[in-house]
This record gives sequence, C-alpha cells and structure tokens, in this order.
Amino acid sequence: MLDIKNLSVSYGAIDAVKDISLHVDDGEIVSLIGANGAGKTTTLHTITGLVPAKSGSIMFNGQDLLKTKANRIVTLGMAHVPEGRHVFTRMSVQENLEMGAYSLKDTSHVAEDLDKVYTYFPRLKERRRQLAGTLSGGEQQMVAMGRAMMSRPNTILMDEPSMGLSPKLVKEIFRIIEKLHDEGITVLLVEQNAKMALSIADRAYVLETGRITMEGKASDLLHDEKVRKAYLGA
Amino acid sequence: MSGFVMFISQIFNGLKIGSVYALVALGYTMVYGIIRLLNFAHGDFIMIGAYTLMLSIPALAAMGMPAWTAVIPATLVCALVGVLVERLAYKPVREKGNSMTALITAIAMSLLLENGSQAIFGADYKTVPTIVSIPTLTIGQLKIDGATIVSIVLGVVMMVAMQLYVKRTKQGKAMRAVSEDKEASLLMGINVNGTITLTFAIGSGLAAIAALMYCVSYPQVSPTMGMMLGLKAFVAAVLGGIGSIPGAMVGGLAIGLIESLTKAYIGTITGGVITSAFSDAIVFAILIIVLLVRPSGLMGEPETEKV
Ligand SMILES: Nc1ncnc2c1ncn2[C@@H]1O[C@H](COP(=O)(O)OP(=O)(O)O)[C@@H](O)[C@H]1O
Ligand SMILES: [Mg+2]
Repeated sequence: MLDIKNLSVSYGAIDAVKDISLHVDDGEIVSLIGANGAGKTTTLHTITGLVPAKSGSIMFNGQDLLKTKANRIVTLGMAHVPEGRHVFTRMSVQENLEMGAYSLKDTSHVAEDLDKVYTYFPRLKERRRQLAGTLSGGEQQMVAMGRAMMSRPNTILMDEPSMGLSPKLVKEIFRIIEKLHDEGITVLLVEQNAKMALSIADRAYVLETGRITMEGKASDLLHDEKVRKAYLGA
Repeated sequence: MSGFVMFISQIFNGLKIGSVYALVALGYTMVYGIIRLLNFAHGDFIMIGAYTLMLSIPALAAMGMPAWTAVIPATLVCALVGVLVERLAYKPVREKGNSMTALITAIAMSLLLENGSQAIFGADYKTVPTIVSIPTLTIGQLKIDGATIVSIVLGVVMMVAMQLYVKRTKQGKAMRAVSEDKEASLLMGINVNGTITLTFAIGSGLAAIAALMYCVSYPQVSPTMGMMLGLKAFVAAVLGGIGSIPGAMVGGLAIGLIESLTKAYIGTITGGVITSAFSDAIVFAILIIVLLVRPSGLMGEPETEKV
C-alpha cells in the first residue's frame, strides 16, 4: 500500500504540490486527475525520488520512500511509466524491455516475461529489433509500459499514458491497464483524459493547482456535477 | 622503395597514430556522451599514463617483470585520476553550475594537471624505457616496424572490446541508458552516479593504453605532451560524431590517415606550394568541411528535439 501524508513539493519559489494526502490500497486502480500544471507529474516524481519533497511523508509497504534512493525504489516493487514515455530511443525495442529487468537479481524469468510483454503487445514483437526512437507515439507508450512490467512490479505509476494517442490506441492502452489490474497489480493512474481514467478506476482524486479538492469513488466523481463541468466537458 | 610500397607504408603509419587518436577519442566521446562535458583534461591523462609508465617500468623490471606490464599501473593510475577529477571537480560543478562553468572547470583541470606534473617532473622531455621489442615485419619491399604492429593490433583489440562491452554487458547497457536519459535510468534501478564514475574510469584508463601505444613509437614524456594529442583526438571525436563510439574509432583512424598521407604527399601534389608543415591545418580544414556537410559528424545522430 502507498500512503502519502501532507506532502508538499516546490521548485525553488514555485509551490507545485501543497500539503496533499492520498493513499492507494493493494489491488486498487486510483486515478489522479487535474488540469495541465496541477502538480500530477510532480506528485509521481516525488514518489519515485526524481524530485525531492519539501515536507510530508510517503510510505510504501512499510518503507519510507523519501529516505530511499531513486534507483532503489524499483527494487521495492514499484514501477513508474513516466510522462512522455522516456524510452531509450537509441536502443532497440527488446533492449528497452531488457532494461526494465535491470534491477532484478534473479534473471531466470526474463525470457518468460519478455514473452508475456509480447503477448500483451504483439506489435512490439514484430518490431523488437527496431530502434525505439523510430516508433510511433503509441508504440513507444507500449514499450514504456512493457519496460515497467519487466521489473515484476506490484505497483505501477502511470503518467498520462493516453497523451497524444488516437482514440483506438487509448482504448488499447486502457485495456492493458485493466489486464494488469486483473493480475493483481496496483495502479496509480495520472490522466488528463478524466473520462477514461474515472471509468476504470476504483477511486480518484482531483488535483487543482497543487491541492486535492475532491476525492471519492470514481463512479461518484464521474457523475458529480462539478467534475463533469470542469473535466468532462459536459 | 617503389611508390606503391611507400604509399602502403604511409597507410600503416597513419593507422598507427590513428589508433592512438581513436583510443583517446573513445574516452573523450564516452565522457561527453554521458555528461555532455568536453573534458579538456582528457588529453592530459595520456601524459599521466606516460609518466606512470616511465616510473613503473624500472620498478617492475627490478621485480623481474617485463616492461609492458607497466600498462597495468598506468591504467589504474589514469582511471583513479579520472575518477578523482570527476568526483572532486566536475560533479560539484555539474550539480550547481551550468555547462559554461563545467567547461571552464575542465580547462582549469587540464592546466592544473600540466602544471602539477611540471612541478614534479620538470618541463623538459624525459625518456621512457623500451616497452616492447618486436622485430620488423618484412613483406617483400614493405617493412612494418614492431611499434606499428603493436599499436594497430592493440588499437583494434581495444576498440572491438569496447564496442562489445558497451553493446553486450549489463554495465555497458547502463552506460548507454544513462547517456540517453538519466531519469528513466534511475527508474530502471541504475545507479546513475556510479555509472558516470565508471565511465570516467574506463575512458581515462583507455588514455593509459593510448600512452603505451604512443610511447612504443615515441618514447618521450613531457608535461604538455597530451595537449596536441588531446586536441587531435577531440577533432577525431567530433569528426566521427561526438558521443558515438564507432564514430570515435572511425574519426581517430581517419585523422591518423589524413595526417600521415598529407605529410607524405602534400608537397609533391601542390608542387611545393603547401608543405607538410601544414598537415595540422589540413586536418582542421577537413573537420570544418565535414561539419559543414554533416553537422553531427560522420556517424553521429542528429540531436533530436525531446518532447
Ligand atoms: N522542473 C520544474 N521546474 C520548475 N517548475 C516546474 C518544474 N516542473 C514542473 N514545474 C511547475 O510545477 C507545476 C506543476 O507541474 P506538473 O507537476 O508538471 O503538473 P501536471 O503534471 O499536473 O501537468 C507547474 O506550475 C509547473 O510549471
Ligand atoms: Mg504532467
């Protein structure tokens, strides 16, 4: 379980996240929605140690993440699919996926896990020798997700996986997120596509200029008048 | 000696010095690739390697070891100096300053190493004891001396080894990952700072092997011997495409060949108008022309805009 309490984060004088508390229970899909610049990416970056916190606490299965080095967090079972994919463009698709298994001490399952990623994303198998930088945005998103799966995580943070994708690809990506959830993986999903995010989540939080302004069951938020006006264009 | 034999022996000369440039360029390019820093002190690591050879050959000989084993202490000393330079000077500047302060720090570090060794060893040339004595290879009229054979063979072996290391090993892949995207590398579990340190150690260690290759042919050391070698290797790295490992190899060999062939033939071709004294100028002219046509170098990839 991931438990964030009273977290504040700032970049110099800019307060990006202001005293937020949120938690994700094992097996849940929790969505964090909000407009551009609300602080969603900053929140995820602070969880995985890419950005330092100003105050507050982040506990993950009994470990204090704010005291854990960024490169050790994946070994605790937490994978992060970053905004903008961040695939290794000059490596092949398969090398990217193998980098996902970098942190594993026991490498006996890597081949089997690769096969699993390829059954989730058959398109990546066809392109396994291609440089990741030459793939389309949707394919790069698949590489980033497959790469995260390769570390055998129990929890995955996803930052705007649908960004810039066609409606068809968005559906495909969300179908995979549900599949991961069915396997028992806990998901914290950041999205601007609030409709899709709320429709697959168990619970959700709304972030506005660094503060959580609403939280609750995703199905309730999906029908909430204010949420519909602000985020669902209705 | 027939004209053709002369030409072939110039090719071998070019490959000999080109192998030295290639190994130094490799270190340059690896360091640039991983932290986007032009490490101007890199050429001076050759000098440190050469002094270490000079000092350790007699010491090893006293223990009954062959002279070439001095490459081991030389590599270790260079790797250590490289790591210290990065940890003590470059890392703090990288975390606080901008790329201009980093560049100035690198230039300062180069001067510090040159002046430091001058204070210790004096400014004049010192002789390095004989490292290997390999007989001259004679094929018909063509004679290739032992130093040339050692340099080319060692150069090729090191380049193939480095290419395999970077492509196939876990650490090599981590280096490529860190040179592309430090944040994503952290998310993969890579120790980014450790990988940067390792890259410095290997890049600097390669300079020691280049020092050995150089001293086999020109057994002399001086505090500033690394300046011109470093500059040529830098040109080689840029010509090949800075950041690209195959590019450093191709660039190094190309510079060596261009230099050797212009020295041999430019006077004759131009009827004495341009003499071999201009060979360095020609090397730089070729660099400028290549960069005008291909700004990212022969094998470099164009910098792509990150989304
Ligand atoms: N590296 C940074 N340096 C300074 N300000 C930043 C940086 N990253 C984000 N910000 C600022 O922090 C705020 C939150 O940004 P971000 O977390 O990226 O929002 P979101 O992911 O919700 O779009 C914004 O005001 C943004 O401009
Ligand atoms: Mg964002």
